[in-house]
Amino acid sequence: MLWLGSLVMTAVTGAFAEGTTRSRALRGWGRASGTVAEVLATQDIESIARAVRRAGPRGVIARGLGRSYGDPAQNAGGLVVDMTVLNRIHHIDPEQAWVDVDAGVSLDQLMRAALPYGLWVPVLPGTRQVTIGGAIGMDIHGKNHHSAGSFGNHVLSLELLTADGEVRTLTPDGEQADLFWATVGGAGLTGIVLRARVRMKRTETAYFLADYDRTTSLDATMQLLTDGSDERYDYSAAVPDTISTGSGLGRATFSRGWLARLEDLPPKLRRDPLRLDAPHLATVPDVFPNGMVNQLTSRLAGTVTHHMFPKHARGKIANIAQFLHPLDVLGEWNRAYGRDGFLQYQFSIPAGREQHMADLVRTIARSGQLSFLNVFKRMGASNPAPLSWPHPGYMLSLDFPMKPGLHKFCEHLDEQVLTAGGRLYFAKDSRTTPEMVQQMYPRLGEWRRIRDTADPDGTFISDLARRLGITAPQAS
Amino acid sequence: MIDAVGNPQSLLLLGGTSDIALATAERYARQRPLRIVLAARPSERLEAAAERLRSTGSTVTTVSFDARDPGTHGEAIEKAFADGDIDISIVAFGMLGDQEKLWTDVEAARELAEINYVAPVTVGVLLAEKLRKQGHGHIVALSSVAGERVRRSNFVYGSSKAGLDGFYTGLTEALRPSGVKVTVVRPGHVTSKMTEGLSEAPLAQTPEQVAQIIVESVRKGKELVWAPAQFRYVMSVLRHLPRVIFRRLPF
Repeated sequence: MLWLGSLVMTAVTGAFAEGTTRSRALRGWGRASGTVAEVLATQDIESIARAVRRAGPRGVIARGLGRSYGDPAQNAGGLVVDMTVLNRIHHIDPEQAWVDVDAGVSLDQLMRAALPYGLWVPVLPGTRQVTIGGAIGMDIHGKNHHSAGSFGNHVLSLELLTADGEVRTLTPDGEQADLFWATVGGAGLTGIVLRARVRMKRTETAYFLADYDRTTSLDATMQLLTDGSDERYDYSAAVPDTISTGSGLGRATFSRGWLARLEDLPPKLRRDPLRLDAPHLATVPDVFPNGMVNQLTSRLAGTVTHHMFPKHARGKIANIAQFLHPLDVLGEWNRAYGRDGFLQYQFSIPAGREQHMADLVRTIARSGQLSFLNVFKRMGASNPAPLSWPHPGYMLSLDFPMKPGLHKFCEHLDEQVLTAGGRLYFAKDSRTTPEMVQQMYPRLGEWRRIRDTADPDGTFISDLARRLGITAPQAS
Repeated sequence: MIDAVGNPQSLLLLGGTSDIALATAERYARQRPLRIVLAARPSERLEAAAERLRSTGSTVTTVSFDARDPGTHGEAIEKAFADGDIDISIVAFGMLGDQEKLWTDVEAARELAEINYVAPVTVGVLLAEKLRKQGHGHIVALSSVAGERVRRSNFVYGSSKAGLDGFYTGLTEALRPSGVKVTVVRPGHVTSKMTEGLSEAPLAQTPEQVAQIIVESVRKGKELVWAPAQFRYVMSVLRHLPRVIFRRLPF
């Protein structure tokens, strides 16, 4: 048993020794395209800075909780800095409503710490298992994008470790504002965000006051999505049916609302209004075969989803899991798709191109590619970040189980999205081409100039950047 | 990078005029144009192959590579990786030869052993080093059913493929922690330039059929495949036949 003891010792000392790395296979949430990198996990900023200064030819990228579907937090053959161990909440200021946190703090952790002070995380995506660094790097958005913008809009300042090993403090309108905005949505390619000050939203409760509506056709869905009625709500999103091809094509359930005020709550909830009511029921085991998500189960799930929310209701009190994060109730839910996994496809269409959006929904429904976990939303104003994904218009996200023919279909969708002036989202993509990205992000050149000034040797690089040629005009 | 739906962005064919390798490249290029490096001895045939692949919209370069000259392998691999990462490398070169001459002529036997075994080993070592540094990548090695149980009629060829098969099967394990995958492909009789003039054997197939199996196996991450798949069962029977019976079989 001596060998076992020494094995354990190696593992333990290896994990705690400062500055030592461990070879690990890393994958995205979509479970495809895994690669191996040396992973550095340390709370010592000086060790991280030293590793960046000494980076080899395969470069460095930071990684958070790995919720991006594709490969932005992987760096094949290079160094990956695991930021989740750098997770201290330094300060919460209830008076001025801001927090000072390490980049590895998750939105869930921040939320639990800030809620007792009546502070709410201003932008929450479909999961709370996202780090502050990841939220900035992907400039994430939530159900309130039309009213609050994306995460970068709420960052007061950030500390960026750049390729020279120095830590720069950046603000949205300070001297190095261009680097601040290149970092927002910059997929970690400008440096490593170490710490940030984030403006919080004040709230009296941790509950939502929600209105629900159900439409019966695509026309009705488009109508409700575009008639401006969501301007009244802080939060708004719809779950459309993209599987039915008959009269049910494009029908949707809308859930829209606001953070509830104390007086909105029933007496029972009023006793502890700031409690984070987010049940975690179970973790999905890794036992599912491929093909579990098939024609039958997808249709069934699509119908269940459509009828999950009330048909038409006003002023319902909902907890965060019900209103924002229905999937967080099940841990590791991506395992249900089996080993082949699934493909997330999320795209935007600019305002004024509503017809393109409706046509795309029809194309998807008729393709035989089945996605039942869909989100449909009207998006608000964009921010100054050149690579930030959201822009005024609409977005649709889809989860397709992997199957033959999906590749060609997605290439077809890419063309349609590009023609309509829309774009794909780096947090979700795992299959498009450098040519597409070049055309979909017209400000890519401007972003590259800022990044090349901050990182002239191209130290920060990821599998995503290599695959899509984000940092260099040619794909490698 | 090989993307989530299995499209590579770059492909290296060692044996850039091999029918199976070219059919595989064409199959990938039809899915999505990519960067292809053809490594082979310079010839008209090589230029024609490059031109044909360019018509798919792919970027094609050629690298001079001679399997018989191990001293040049390092330089060839270096050049092949000069433009960036290689997602899939196909080790496809090889020769069949005149089987009766092969076991009676020293020079002929040595040449075959060098091309079919020594060169795949040196190339395999060089590829492994590149791909480990890269942290990703996939090697496809073309073995043969002839190596599974070597038989009288083509034992020199069979023994070289048995050696290649063993090397790449072992390399599969050695590279596993580095995130590099290896697929050993064991085709039966393939009607190609290598088998021109030979009578067609049972379960014979075209280079395109083998290419389809290669593309599918890489996508699924399979480490050992037979082409066609039925050969696995045929060979597992043949493998266990007593010698007295095996040597009397009519092939």
